[in-house]
Amino acid sequence: MANNLGLKVKPVTETPQSEIDRVSAWINTDDYKEKNFARTSLVINPAHACQPLGAELAAHAFEGSLPFVHGSQGCASYYRSTLNRHFREPAPAVSDAMTEDGAVFGGQNNLHEALENAYTLYKPKMIAVFTSCMPEIIGDDLTAFIKNARNKGIVPKDFPVPYANTPSFNGSHVHGYDSMLLSILQTLTDGKQVEGRCTGKLNLIPGFDANTGNYREYKRILEAFGIPYTVLADISDVFDSVNDGTYRPYPGGTKLDDAADSINGKATIALGTYSTSKTFSWVKDNYSGKHAALPMPFGIAKTDAFLMKIAELFGKEVPASLKEERGRAVDLMTDAHQYIHGKKFAVYGDPDYLLGYVSFLLEMGAKPHHILCSKGTKKLEKELQALLDASPDGKESKIYINKDLWHLRSLLMTDPVDAIIGDSHGKFDARDAKIPLFRFGFPVFDRVNLHREPLVGYQGVTHMLSTICNKFIDIVDDTCDDRHFELMR
Amino acid sequence: MSHEIKTVEGITKESTQEMIDHALDAYPEKAKKKRSPHLAPNDQASGSACVKSNKKTVPGVMSARGCAYAGAKGVVWGPIRDMVHVSHGPVGCGWYSWGTRRNLMSGITGVTNFAMQFTSDFQEKDVVYGGDKKLAVLLREAKELFPLAKGISVLSECPVGLIGDDINAVAKESSKELDMPIIPCNCEGFRGVSQSLGHHISNDTIRDYIIETREFPDPIGPYDIALIGEYNIGGDAWSTKPLLEECGFNVKSVWTGDGEMEKIAATHQVKLNVIHCYRSMNYMCKVMEEKYGIPWIELNFFGPTKIKESLRKLAELFDDNIKAKVEEVIAKYDPQMQAVIEQYKPRLEGKKVMLYVGGLRPRHTINAYEDLGMTCVGSGYEFAHTDDYDRTAPEMPDATVVYDDASEFEMEHFANVLKPDLIGSGIKEKYLFQKMGIPFRQMHSWDYSGPYHGYKGFPTFARDIDMAINSPTWKLVKSPF
Repeated sequence: MANNLGLKVKPVTETPQSEIDRVSAWINTDDYKEKNFARTSLVINPAHACQPLGAELAAHAFEGSLPFVHGSQGCASYYRSTLNRHFREPAPAVSDAMTEDGAVFGGQNNLHEALENAYTLYKPKMIAVFTSCMPEIIGDDLTAFIKNARNKGIVPKDFPVPYANTPSFNGSHVHGYDSMLLSILQTLTDGKQVEGRCTGKLNLIPGFDANTGNYREYKRILEAFGIPYTVLADISDVFDSVNDGTYRPYPGGTKLDDAADSINGKATIALGTYSTSKTFSWVKDNYSGKHAALPMPFGIAKTDAFLMKIAELFGKEVPASLKEERGRAVDLMTDAHQYIHGKKFAVYGDPDYLLGYVSFLLEMGAKPHHILCSKGTKKLEKELQALLDASPDGKESKIYINKDLWHLRSLLMTDPVDAIIGDSHGKFDARDAKIPLFRFGFPVFDRVNLHREPLVGYQGVTHMLSTICNKFIDIVDDTCDDRHFELMR
Repeated sequence: MSHEIKTVEGITKESTQEMIDHALDAYPEKAKKKRSPHLAPNDQASGSACVKSNKKTVPGVMSARGCAYAGAKGVVWGPIRDMVHVSHGPVGCGWYSWGTRRNLMSGITGVTNFAMQFTSDFQEKDVVYGGDKKLAVLLREAKELFPLAKGISVLSECPVGLIGDDINAVAKESSKELDMPIIPCNCEGFRGVSQSLGHHISNDTIRDYIIETREFPDPIGPYDIALIGEYNIGGDAWSTKPLLEECGFNVKSVWTGDGEMEKIAATHQVKLNVIHCYRSMNYMCKVMEEKYGIPWIELNFFGPTKIKESLRKLAELFDDNIKAKVEEVIAKYDPQMQAVIEQYKPRLEGKKVMLYVGGLRPRHTINAYEDLGMTCVGSGYEFAHTDDYDRTAPEMPDATVVYDDASEFEMEHFANVLKPDLIGSGIKEKYLFQKMGIPFRQMHSWDYSGPYHGYKGFPTFARDIDMAINSPTWKLVKSPF
């Protein structure tokens, strides 16, 4: 039966060293780059995952919420282990384990059985359902399935079961996050709007962000303002929970009541306009109070804008403590600028983070030379270009939308830079190019605790700046000859 | 083989059954009925499975299982270093399985090895109009950009099978056009009940497309063997292959850790197949036995007792030359292993371990823990079949709990009752148990350590187990206030 391809039987061969040397050299050339960029169909080392992964992150971020994958169980295992590896934390989630017969009969039986089992065993306060490929292809009707589940008494009538269609063959994890968050908010706020009621709170929508330090930073800023707030949705506590000898499947998350009442908020700010666009456009039309969408507060100017927006919405001054914090961050920037000024960077990542990296680097006088997004839009390209146009350090930068990390390798080998900002997957490119990789993005599988170091706000500026400058100084110390090995740097 | 009946103080068939019954009480009636046959006390003397296995996962219980694609890409195909493995379908599956199994590889990435993420990144239009044309184009692109690749595997993700694409036809045509093996593998994640079917489908694909398409240039000698079901996790094959070579064998190919496609394709010429992970590769061993008359032997390279037993079992099949060499090797390493045991056993004596893994480890590692003075108080598999549980029964102490496709709820319950000193399982379980204050090692990935196989692996294994159990950090879990 062997040899179904009808190929000629050949001897086992060893690839000649000369060929290995030739190809090793060739993959670093302009000729190779040209062929590499001519690809139309093969994607190599993409820097994005699929929608349901993001949906799971949103689903974890509410009190007592159990993420629920409608689809194959293997999908759920992949999302869970990705979050486990990044946060080094539990990520309890279930799937309804659809198999071949689901493809024939649809997934309703699986969904109902799974809802009953998950509800009974894991005692959640909410089950957040999202889909992987199979039900999306066969066209399962989640609305009907969940309605039928309630009618059959599988879950109580008032038990929240938000659900989102998150097809993996469309968009990326940030879009799945957006869809799941939207559905959760729609579900929880349904019928909760009270004419004339105002909670006096700010609703903060951070967007897809797997850095728990950032959430703590937002909360600290709002506490400094003395403004009551609800974070929609809060993954801190969920993904940086304590170890005191007790396992808690739901260690934190936005309170369901707070989320429900968020529709009566005084104001709502959505950060990360690319991972909250659907949610924000719905919020704008349905939530009370004022609304604003801002880029993530990376760097000084974007943090300033964030704080001023809060001040404006709540009629308050920016607190003195934050103004001092700004001053300290700027002081560090001026002190350390010489270690980063003029350095060229390759940056890649999710759209919202990417905009943040570019702003920060330009503020430091560094050059974001190669800017790459493996799932982006024309709108993103324009927004990035506008940032670049506003700075003399952006003149030579180039933006690559929908290119992958194998494209990035060609860029690094033919037009070298000093460092990369990205996630752990960039380590292969960084090694080949012999330059450092700064793991500010998601996921980080190969360093500990980086997801707890904030990147946003003035504290984020300090953290990024120190990390980058000290690495460049390390390189000088590690590579200089003895005569230039000095005490001071 | 008769085994001495091992017992654990305080564990009886009744106590174990009571623990199981308590766990099952929490389930709704239908789920309880489904889960019940998958949990049972071990009957060591029977030497046969005490649980049902390889059945559909109960929806909603939080299973640790993966899918057929995971078994194909992650386990069988992914480790073959000189092929381009295309995850055909949406971007996620390939991204999640990119670099997350720790099957290490020799060679230069992008030149002679392809430890990368290749995908057709299906979009809506590919689902609507089909992805066959895109596949044909991307295969050309792969050939052009990676000219030293020895072949390409096309691993289907769920949508491909559901929309009725014909990757087999594309592979056949492209294979001729590009004059290279392009192997279609219909391993969509919805097939079967776990990653296990992915192994089987991949074995069948090797049978249908790869084996017998190459021949070794040199004449085959009496000691030419293949090492099957060794995936080089954390460098395991770089311990076991040299060990077998030290014993006088020529290891002509490794399936598939740090594997080379052409050598795998010529494996029909070897004299014996030595299999480590029976679950994932027994199929091809049986095919090679039936078709080419190649005998196979299942060995265990974990811990000095089993390694010694295995090497002697292997030597029995060969002449005095090999027998003498094997004894020399054992004599060389025995004192080194004894020194490891003397270092760690006093720190680990009497400690209890619970295992929940895949493949072969829930049974193969038990004795390695016993070499260190530890006792296994529970074991189970994500995706095993009856023949795996048959092989497990004699290794586990009598009356200890066996769990098949355990849910997180069950594992948590068993750990609460058994209070193990260590749990060896996967990344999804790790942090749950650590939050309970229970030391943990990932036993799929060796927790970013390794190798654990062979004599080279045991000192690392012993060090890691000691480090996990005796880390002073566990004493800080309870605050004094």
